[in-house]
Amino acid sequence: MIVARTGNEAMAEAMRQINPDVVAAYPITPATEVVQLFASFVHDGVVTTEFVPAESEHSAISACVGAAAAGARVMTSTASQGLALMHEILFIGAGLRLPMVICLVNRALSSPINIHCDHSDSLASRDSGWIQIFSENTQEAYDSTIMAVKMSEEALLPAMVTTDGFIISHGMERIELVDDAEVPKFLGERKVRYSLLNVEDPITLGALDLQDYYFEHKRSEIDAMNHTLPIIEKVQKEFGDRFGRYYPIIDEFMMDDAEVAVMAMGSTGGTTKVAIKRLREKGKKVGLIRCRIYRPFPKEAMLKTITKAKVLGIMDRADTLSTLGGHLYSECRSILFESNKRPLLKNYIYGLGGRDISIEEIEAVFDDLLMIHKSNKVDKDIVYYGVRGE
Amino acid sequence: MKKEKKGWKEIPIGLVLEGGTSKKFETGDWRSDKPIWDPKKCTHCLICWIYCPDTAIIIKDGKVQGIDYRYCKGCGICAEECPPKIRAITMVREEK
Amino acid sequence: MVSLKELAQQEEKFLGGHRGCAGCGATIAARMVLLAAKEPVVVGAATGCLEVISTIYPYTAWNIPYIHSAFENVAATMAGVEAAYKAFKKKGKISKEMRFIAFGGDGGTYDIGLQALSGMIERWHRVLYVCYNNEAYMNTGIQRSSATPYGAHTTTSPAGKKIPGKLQPRKNLTEIVIAHEPVYAAQSTIGYWNDLVTKVRKALDADGPSFINIYSPCRLGWAYTPEKTIAVSRMAVETCVWPLYEYENRRYRITLKPKEKKPVTEFMQMQGRFGHLFKWQNDIPIKEFQAEVDRIWERLLKRSVEGSEITESK
Repeated sequence: MIVARTGNEAMAEAMRQINPDVVAAYPITPATEVVQLFASFVHDGVVTTEFVPAESEHSAISACVGAAAAGARVMTSTASQGLALMHEILFIGAGLRLPMVICLVNRALSSPINIHCDHSDSLASRDSGWIQIFSENTQEAYDSTIMAVKMSEEALLPAMVTTDGFIISHGMERIELVDDAEVPKFLGERKVRYSLLNVEDPITLGALDLQDYYFEHKRSEIDAMNHTLPIIEKVQKEFGDRFGRYYPIIDEFMMDDAEVAVMAMGSTGGTTKVAIKRLREKGKKVGLIRCRIYRPFPKEAMLKTITKAKVLGIMDRADTLSTLGGHLYSECRSILFESNKRPLLKNYIYGLGGRDISIEEIEAVFDDLLMIHKSNKVDKDIVYYGVRGE
Repeated sequence: MKKEKKGWKEIPIGLVLEGGTSKKFETGDWRSDKPIWDPKKCTHCLICWIYCPDTAIIIKDGKVQGIDYRYCKGCGICAEECPPKIRAITMVREEK
Repeated sequence: MVSLKELAQQEEKFLGGHRGCAGCGATIAARMVLLAAKEPVVVGAATGCLEVISTIYPYTAWNIPYIHSAFENVAATMAGVEAAYKAFKKKGKISKEMRFIAFGGDGGTYDIGLQALSGMIERWHRVLYVCYNNEAYMNTGIQRSSATPYGAHTTTSPAGKKIPGKLQPRKNLTEIVIAHEPVYAAQSTIGYWNDLVTKVRKALDADGPSFINIYSPCRLGWAYTPEKTIAVSRMAVETCVWPLYEYENRRYRITLKPKEKKPVTEFMQMQGRFGHLFKWQNDIPIKEFQAEVDRIWERLLKRSVEGSEITESK
């Protein structure tokens, strides 16, 4: 069914079709609508979800942990400060290997307080052990939300599906919905390995590890993340086989003969595709690498892709505040370390706090990269693109 | 009690632990003082049983059977709380 | 009225082999609460003494389903467990009756856990929240909490040359909880097992949120010899330092009136944490504590008239 939905509406729609057992959530701009829409589904009896309007995001995610430990299928939605407030529990949820899904709307972290899009919130949680998926548009946000439930339950790692705040979350797009009846069929019932509600076989969850056990438990969790990519690929393939929309691990756009490329995440991917089409008409050989699955980081696939171009401009919508530039930039540099083929790299920190990035500005990035390709020299490793005073 | 500790591939994922395994950890060696129960004086009021922090008073069919020295830490609450007219439990120094 | 013989027939749900100090009041509280429960229970604990000493991997003293997630969120975590149970019950996936109990120390309840507790009650989750009150952050080595009594020595409110211990009165958490108008709320202590067990059973029967604040002496933090744990808790009641009362059907009822109200000094003299006050340059701190205890007791006496209703116009 073809409908017009904003990103938030689409994610709420997916949640409605998934009909999770429990949703515990707290409102925060720009994710509030997801929670509101879902609350009206609950109050209209459209879903059978037990809705817990928690008194803070910390309590919301704690309730999600409790419910997931009790065998429930759990979802929530938040952004920015809300995710930051959930921070300590994110690690706990992953450490306890509990499946759950957060519909995360990317919004800048304070200070300064800002309600608009950048990736600092989700990227600040990149080490928490959660699967992280970055959607380019509303269709992908909707599809990924459904897929994430399955990925999370099979990998036994919690997952967050991110969409760009206001840009996608509030932008109306034409999308295709899956039929209501097909979603539960695709997902099946959650296979519960252990549950607190099993009073016959009691379990203790969340014991204290002294020095003699923590490392083993963590190693096990690391191993799980290291083996999650095949699960993601499998679920994506199943989704494509069933519903006709196939998602790759990495979204490559016109990379086969690209001389220079841009890497980006989220909605900027879409803007870049338009820029590429324009430049291609002028004969420029440019391409896009859109990182879609950010955690686990698809090391091998990414290495193959980024060595296609001679020059790669990595656009990061957040900074690591470490002297090392952006997140994607430092991770790509790391995987290139032993590679014989190495593109020239330049990091563009852009779009912080919702600073817009236009098609023309991305065309200018490509022109910059083409200049670097010509001179075979990178003038400046890291630039702050679009900020006044540079 | 000393066993080879399991490697990371052998332990259940997600820190899951089956219930009640503290039975295998004997805290009896913490004691300095030891309660001695006199079955002849005991009236089986069960006061010692309810107040023991370590579930170390053994009961069967509502009657005290003795002290579970595997877990008893020698806190002395049982001796203190046994009704003054009964005094069925006394604390003595633990022999080592 | 419960009998010990009847309780003795229950299966022990909190086992020996835990690492609690010899004479630990909190473990006595946990054991009694679980013995009182007639239905199967699922338990959560906040980070703190009870949690740490009972679940050092791979040993767990809990013979029932148990979860620990973090320090300030046991009320929220158990709210989630209860929500999952409600969801499954509505869908017919589960039919067994079970009860949900959250354990938190005064640290994890009065202070860092206050928000989550408030939210859990307000949303009307059917969870019994048990606070084992040992009047300080004991697990990290005896630091003051808002439950620490006036003048008590803790490592962050030490008995010093200029300031003799904690100089703020105790936060009255039971009253804060009662302000939420839960189905049931009460104060009890381990020294009166019958009072405690009766209250736990009432709380578990309540069709909505319930709360019990259990005074649980800590021999290390309060500085007394371990065999006195029960005696200290009884003295707290006899001096009205810890009144035993309940809030049920929007009415207050004192459940145990001491025959003769003893001065707080009799309670304080049993414990090293108050020792310095008896050597202080004046008796003002002791008088302050006595005044606080008297004030709260008088107020309770007034509210607890048999058959009186507290509230509001209809």
